[in-house]
Amino acid sequence: MGARSQRLYALMGALAACGGALAADYVRLPGTRFDSVLPQDVTPVSVTIAPFELRVTPVTVDEYLRFVQSHAPWQRDRIPVVFANRRYLAAWPAPLQPSAAQPRAAPVTEVSWFAAQAYCAIEGARLPTWLEWEYAAAADANRADARDDPQWRRRILSWYERPSAAALPAVGGEANVHGVRDLHGLVWEWVDDFNALFISGDSRTQGDPERVKFCGAGAISIVGRDSYAVLMRVALLSSLNAADSTTHLGFRCARALKEAPP
Amino acid sequence: MKSAPLARRQLLCLLAAGALSAAHAAAPVGSSIYALRVPLTDQNGRDFMLADLVGQPVLISMFYTSCDAVCPMIFETLRLTLARLNERERSHVRVVMVSFDPARDTVAVLGRTAVGRGADARWTLARTSEADARQVAAVLGLQYRRLASGEFNHSSEIVLLDERGQIAQRSALLGNVDPKLLQSLRTLAAKPTAEAPGFQRHLSRETAG
Repeated sequence: MGARSQRLYALMGALAACGGALAADYVRLPGTRFDSVLPQDVTPVSVTIAPFELRVTPVTVDEYLRFVQSHAPWQRDRIPVVFANRRYLAAWPAPLQPSAAQPRAAPVTEVSWFAAQAYCAIEGARLPTWLEWEYAAAADANRADARDDPQWRRRILSWYERPSAAALPAVGGEANVHGVRDLHGLVWEWVDDFNALFISGDSRTQGDPERVKFCGAGAISIVGRDSYAVLMRVALLSSLNAADSTTHLGFRCARALKEAPP
Repeated sequence: MKSAPLARRQLLCLLAAGALSAAHAAAPVGSSIYALRVPLTDQNGRDFMLADLVGQPVLISMFYTSCDAVCPMIFETLRLTLARLNERERSHVRVVMVSFDPARDTVAVLGRTAVGRGADARWTLARTSEADARQVAAVLGLQYRRLASGEFNHSSEIVLLDERGQIAQRSALLGNVDPKLLQSLRTLAAKPTAEAPGFQRHLSRETAG
């Protein structure tokens, strides 16, 4: 109780210090048992996900601009390379000037994992875990888990088949059953445990028995191999370092429920 | 996860400090992982920061105590590598192992592990919050995932940091001494240190207090 109110005050202080709270919309997702594509080492493989709140849309260019305006250390010319490499906000003509080619309501991209984490902290949030993201993204407009529907899968896959547009459109796509938008079809998204998703590089299979890069069962096998769209996300995130960024990688934030779950 | 918001606030604040120290260093701006200000606790219950390790080469990796497969091999590989140094070189090197299982790896468990593995004063076994362990793994480029059983999948690289905390070398070779890692370590350990190693300062401060 004490710890929580302390956190709340700290958060309020942080928000006040940042020159204005950023009022982003979050929706509540109920807790669930969920079958992830990530392998587990026990049966049944379904995992428990606690209820949480997820940002309705990815963080936009405009929102991120306001963040770097009020948090100078995260500006492109000041950030240590250990937290964001040279590609960080690289398309911006100047450290406080987003590219004119994109709507300000488009999702921000070219941000590192560290930068995304720092942004979410301003909203009293964090990045979602992979499982939270995968669970939210399994829904369509009417069902919490539409993944077995071949038509739904085809629709999502079609996004990956389109050639990438020069400029990203604004956020605000169709809401899924939870009220979350743009999980598919707009950008890739960072997750908190992006460096926990490794699906390749288990060197035990690559000829040199002394080079055991990964330890433990299930390092390479993936459940549900027909979930190509989700597997592509896992593959992309697995290939990144925390200081990396790409032109199609954005993020949204998640947070624990205000009242502690039972 | 309780301390996570604290850690995130620290991450915000640290950037100012990181940018400052980088301005003084001749190195590329901010390439030191010591810019990451996360609170760590060692096997003796002493609190420290990564930045306290400044001033000497550090072999660093991550592990969890209940691991019975690869983690003991990481300890053994580190021991073999240290054994290849002469006494003078060895006296300049520190070894730091950070747990990614803070729920089970309490200070007491780390203390027992240190004794069990024959880790001398050169070794630091450390723990931090779950969120901060993720940050440490991120700056080191290490990967891990907790499985439903409570076991972990994890990468098992050893990372060599120079005296400023920049990654000088990394090795995935286990059970044997990696010649490239050893060569880099020797080069760094032979450098005359301009100042007293930061960790020594940290230790003497703790004992004085």
